[in-house]
Amino acid sequence: MNPKRKQRLIIVLGVLVAVALATGLITFALRENINLFFTPTEVAEGKAPLERRIRVGGLVVPGSVQRGEELEVSFDITDNARQITVRYAGILPDLFREGQGIIAHGKLIGGSLVEADEVLAKHDENYMPPEVQEAIEKAGHPKDTISDYQ
Amino acid sequence: MLQTLKRLYHQFGSPRYFYDITGRMLPWLVAAALLLLVPALIYGLGFAPPEKYQGNSYRVIYIHVPAASIAMSGYFMMAVAGVIVLVWRMKMAEMVARAIAPIGASFTFICLVTGAIWGKPTWGTWWVWDARLTSMLILLFLYLGIMALNAAIEQPQAAARATAVLSIVGAVNLPIIKYSVEWWNTLHQPASITMTSSAIDPEMLITLLTSMAGFYCLFAVLVIMATRCEILRREQRSRWVRSLVTEAVDGV
Repeated sequence: MNPKRKQRLIIVLGVLVAVALATGLITFALRENINLFFTPTEVAEGKAPLERRIRVGGLVVPGSVQRGEELEVSFDITDNARQITVRYAGILPDLFREGQGIIAHGKLIGGSLVEADEVLAKHDENYMPPEVQEAIEKAGHPKDTISDYQ
Repeated sequence: MLQTLKRLYHQFGSPRYFYDITGRMLPWLVAAALLLLVPALIYGLGFAPPEKYQGNSYRVIYIHVPAASIAMSGYFMMAVAGVIVLVWRMKMAEMVARAIAPIGASFTFICLVTGAIWGKPTWGTWWVWDARLTSMLILLFLYLGIMALNAAIEQPQAAARATAVLSIVGAVNLPIIKYSVEWWNTLHQPASITMTSSAIDPEMLITLLTSMAGFYCLFAVLVIMATRCEILRREQRSRWVRSLVTEAVDGV
């Protein structure tokens, strides 16, 4: 390679490395803000601000869903380590069910309760037709891979 | 091997050779795109089995995933062409990079729109500012910025060098898009297909991969056509383009 081109290549690569480094540092500094939600463990550890609007995400604990009057509903979510209770009045997304990953947006009260005004369902990376799911359940495999979720 | 690569590099570096050979490739590529895309989309959108929880709304993956993949590969191609423009001053790379920008922007837009349409019934919202969605929106803005820069500078070579810098700097966004779902908590799910495994049912997966191959052929067709236009525009004073034009006019 002739020296002039070599020099230009080094400059281009140098710029790329510098920009990557800068972006890496910025995203590293902002990592808490880039995360869309807190996990129940992070809430328990006191990382989430109290009395402020936050998002928490986790799996709906089977058997914890309690329906109140009208659209009121309360349920627990877990990251398989800690749990947190979510209270919500509104229409739940179609995908909402026990064991489903969800994200609740609302105010954190007392460190263990979220008064949510929005509940979003998080879909996982598995795509399966209903018949296949039935076959898997018949064969005695667990319904969902909860451990895949973090 | 290296010799062949070097020869190919020099051959494709010549606008005349590029115009000639792509002209012969185009009909085959169009045929491949149609043969792959039409059945894959008809089967995927109409006949593939529904998904266990999402029902029919999951069918948008047959468009969304290929569009997202092309949006990112297109940008990667443009950045590589940018390096060739800056280091080796190759004229063909300038034209290819310029041709990719609007096409890549369109696929990014398709990806964002289909994602939002799927997000409403599945997540319960059209849009959230999570890392994946936001970085994809930034990709669209990068494409638009590159198109604007190309349009703003009249002298084609100067425009190509300026946009090359922008596209190389913007390439930092590509790994962020790819790994956003692993590095941060996002609403968007992690990748279903990796190099070694897939979390998609085989019947759906084959349809998706066929659709993906078809979309890539379509992308190739679009980029080649746009590049050929760019060649004619930039080489209009050269003898071979003039004789091409006279032939075409005489033929009519």
